Amino acid sequence: MTLEPKAVSATGIRSLWSWLLAFAAIWLLHFFAVDALDPYFFMILMYSGINIILAVSLNLVNGFTGQFSIGHAGFMSVGGYVAAFLTTSLRDAHPEWMTDSVLSTGIFLLSTWIGGLAACAVGYVVGLPSLRLKGDYLAIVTLGFGEIIRVVLLNIDAVGGARGMPNIPPLTTFGWVYSGVLLTVFMVWRVVTSGGGRELLAVREDEIAAEATGVNSTSAKVRAFVLGSFFAGVAGALFAHYLRYLNPATFDFNRSFEIVIMVVLGGMGSITGSIIAAVFLTGVREALRPLQELTRVDFRMVIYSLMLILLMLTRPRGLFGTRELVDFLPRALRERLLGGKKRSKPEVAT
Amino acid sequence: MMKNAIRNTVGAVLLGAFALSGAACKKAAPPSGSAGDGQGVAQTASGDVIRIGEVGSMTGSEATFGTSTHKGIELAVKQVNAAGGVRGKKIELISLDDQGKPDEAATAATKLITQNGVSAILGEVASSRSMAMAPIAQNHKVIMVSPSSTNPKVTELGDYVFRVCFIDPFQGTVMAKYALDNLKIKKVAILRDVKNDYSVGLANFFAETFKKGGGEIVIDQSYSAGDIDFKSQLTAIRAKAPEGIFVPGYYTEVGLIARQARELGVKVPLMGGDGWDSPKLKEIGGEAMNNSYFSNHYSSEDKSPVVQEFITQFKAAYNEVPDGLSAAGYDAAKILFDAMGRAKSLASNDIREALAATKDYPGVTGKIMIDEKRNAVKSAVVLKVENGEFRYQTTVNP
Amino acid sequence: MIEFAQHLINGFSLGSIYALIALGYTMVFGILQLINFAHGDVYMLGAFAGMYASRWLKLDQEPSLSALLAAIGIAMLVCAIAGFLIERLAYRPLRRAPRINVLITAVGVSLFLEFSGQLVFGSDPKFFPQIFRVSGEWSLGELKVNPIQVIVFVIALSLMAILQYIIFRTRLGRAMRAVSFSHELASLMGIPTDRVISYTFMLGSALAGAAGVLVGLTYPKIEPLMGVLPGLKAFVAAVFGGIGNVAGAVVGAMTLGLAEEFLVGYWAPTYRDALAFSILILILLFRPTGIFGKGRSEKV
Repeated sequence: MTLEPKAVSATGIRSLWSWLLAFAAIWLLHFFAVDALDPYFFMILMYSGINIILAVSLNLVNGFTGQFSIGHAGFMSVGGYVAAFLTTSLRDAHPEWMTDSVLSTGIFLLSTWIGGLAACAVGYVVGLPSLRLKGDYLAIVTLGFGEIIRVVLLNIDAVGGARGMPNIPPLTTFGWVYSGVLLTVFMVWRVVTSGGGRELLAVREDEIAAEATGVNSTSAKVRAFVLGSFFAGVAGALFAHYLRYLNPATFDFNRSFEIVIMVVLGGMGSITGSIIAAVFLTGVREALRPLQELTRVDFRMVIYSLMLILLMLTRPRGLFGTRELVDFLPRALRERLLGGKKRSKPEVAT
Repeated sequence: MMKNAIRNTVGAVLLGAFALSGAACKKAAPPSGSAGDGQGVAQTASGDVIRIGEVGSMTGSEATFGTSTHKGIELAVKQVNAAGGVRGKKIELISLDDQGKPDEAATAATKLITQNGVSAILGEVASSRSMAMAPIAQNHKVIMVSPSSTNPKVTELGDYVFRVCFIDPFQGTVMAKYALDNLKIKKVAILRDVKNDYSVGLANFFAETFKKGGGEIVIDQSYSAGDIDFKSQLTAIRAKAPEGIFVPGYYTEVGLIARQARELGVKVPLMGGDGWDSPKLKEIGGEAMNNSYFSNHYSSEDKSPVVQEFITQFKAAYNEVPDGLSAAGYDAAKILFDAMGRAKSLASNDIREALAATKDYPGVTGKIMIDEKRNAVKSAVVLKVENGEFRYQTTVNP
Repeated sequence: MIEFAQHLINGFSLGSIYALIALGYTMVFGILQLINFAHGDVYMLGAFAGMYASRWLKLDQEPSLSALLAAIGIAMLVCAIAGFLIERLAYRPLRRAPRINVLITAVGVSLFLEFSGQLVFGSDPKFFPQIFRVSGEWSLGELKVNPIQVIVFVIALSLMAILQYIIFRTRLGRAMRAVSFSHELASLMGIPTDRVISYTFMLGSALAGAAGVLVGLTYPKIEPLMGVLPGLKAFVAAVFGGIGNVAGAVVGAMTLGLAEEFLVGYWAPTYRDALAFSILILILLFRPTGIFGKGRSEKV
């Protein structure tokens, strides 16, 4: 296995302008289009956005760095609980602040940021010891961590314990969810196409060889893990202020596992793959509901798990592998998008 | 080249499937255009069926509770339809699974309201899911009736949210008073299920009343739903020599707790709440359940025709004895249909008024009145477990 | 003092349950270096196999040792077949795939068993028939011992001894150790690696089946999700004792059982489920090879 790193240019998708344009488009949609949407479809759209953030950030760990974390829901819960606790306590102390749209948005953004940082900190504490180890231990440690955080939340009365945290202010809007999506995708994209990102890929391909060429593999893994945790925390905060109710049971192993499926289905190491898989699976889950109305039995998890096994047996790298969506476009279009005859990411020759 | 072609195809198929799933969602748009007028007019009331939604945990770790409730609701729908329906219209029940997750419950409620155009929603069993659903029902001004969410906060989330069960403070009081006055015990240990909002709530209110009445909580231990070994907790409890143990959990664990308590030589009475009411309790607990008391909505020994007919019909339909959750689901559906029959029209607002005016409704789980906080006010009974039978002890009025 | 002694007894009886599951875990890990997430669910299958067998054969009408052995035998057989199928269909095709793929598949198999179990068996808890009874209770004053738990304890220790014998004294065991050391080397020596791995899986799964029946008998409530947490805890026990090490798994399981017992009894009962994973993180931090594990550095 060899790596063929290619130079990075600053045109096309990589130019800041295209990202700013996307940002403007999101807010245009937010103010002029989404109100007309059917509430159910809108809800799916919102969950899709939150799932994209989760999937893309987990892909940084599981896809690009080649580690296997199955505790992403744990970090999500840290971010969600911290942010929701901040906004609800501020709301209870100063109810008038929430009526002011500018002020409440400011509080929301600040809490989301703090929630993300809290998840980040927890990610560091969990990641540092477990990422030093080789092999599959990270999987079981992250899984265990997810359980620990759930048990801890059950024991904190300030956030309701098992009774949950109701009546969280409804501050999450379409604009903020998709701004979060954009930020996540932008950051992850920048990271994996940077020099530091090459280190991550090197660790994934062969940790020993990477170490031999001077990459500090533990530090690289921890960086990826901490950044992934941050965005999981942000997603948790968005989720909390959208559903308006938090309960430790929401962030169980199955939730982590759903995110893993999204990453695996889309392709470990493909950002666009994760995006499409996140949207697809969120949609499919709802599309399968009529089946459930007919059979009265919920086959969804059985289908998910079978799909995962079959995927691993037939297309182990996921649907997209390490490729991005642009790699499937006709060459002329791709070159225009990317601004030059470059691939979006170094392709791994196998 | 070949490989590229395959990849392109896969990508295209994936995109296509996504587009389809989006289209499917759009296609199933509300059947009539009156969804957005804010008055919450039941959207399909004009047809010859009334659609009722149900959200429950049919799979996942709490599936057994959702399934029990579903059976009760299904039976009520069957009976009402056999009797000609409500206002001459048949009831169509649409049941969705939430896998025991609050966010899934919220999505399911949104789908029922906006896609299926239901006039009202029945559910959820657990307060945690009800609290995620309630803001949605409230925003769309659609009636939501929970059969068994006992957390007081549930109905505080909106004036379209009702329940037909009593709330934790009342039930906790019932058992605390019974322990003090009838069992004449002063030292009680608590063994609560920390994973379960219902159990935690009940334990808190029990402790409050019990202490106020001069009793003492000698030790407050806990377990998590799904555990099978409780000996360490019970050993710690045994060391404090209580005169009774309050175990406000579900029947899924209580049977094992009783067995292990007796194995450890703890012979004092166990006490619990309506979560105990299930034939499984007697099966799993066996003889160990003897000398235990629990508060419940009704007694199956009650000779009133409502209760007896419910039990007979339930046995005929499902070939099993109904548990407490089935009875609560049955009553929730029946009370909703009753209110729909009495309402001025099938507009949500009118159903809401009719529901709020429910008084002395002869349900399986007791004579039910809805108070101004949209909670059910009804009496509780205390049952004693004796050789595999639930024996009626006393009735406690609110 | 009596309380302490009682906790000690409880801890050992809980530990022997974990030990039964951990033994199978550690065997499979030893040979494939694969965390077989589905192991806990195979244990669930064993419990259900035992329950249905007891019902159909009406074993509970005449509780006896032979009834218990019959149920255990059937459960072991069913689980061995299940283990064989899982290995053959899901893991063997991935023998040369990256580890992460095998791990994802293992998680997939585990979830598949859990959720199809909910569809097939129903999600309500089932009562496990009492196919074996010991009359009277064993007690020393306040100290109470459940005879069945003593039997479980003895069975756990004897299974450990049998496994030790198989691994170190038989041809199959030698083949297993060779495969565990290096698949390629073993196959060059003429050892049919695939078949040896199959046998190991069947053996490990059969142990899980026996555990399912014994747990069903001790705690007569079984449900499709019963294997999730015990499975994970048994894994922690196996890591604690040095994964791949049979005696270590038993020691680890006993330690975990005792640790949980004392945490719940004396300190913080609500943190019980967090304990196992905290132990795991600590052991991975300070002694990643476990108490009895041998370090083996990764080769290029």
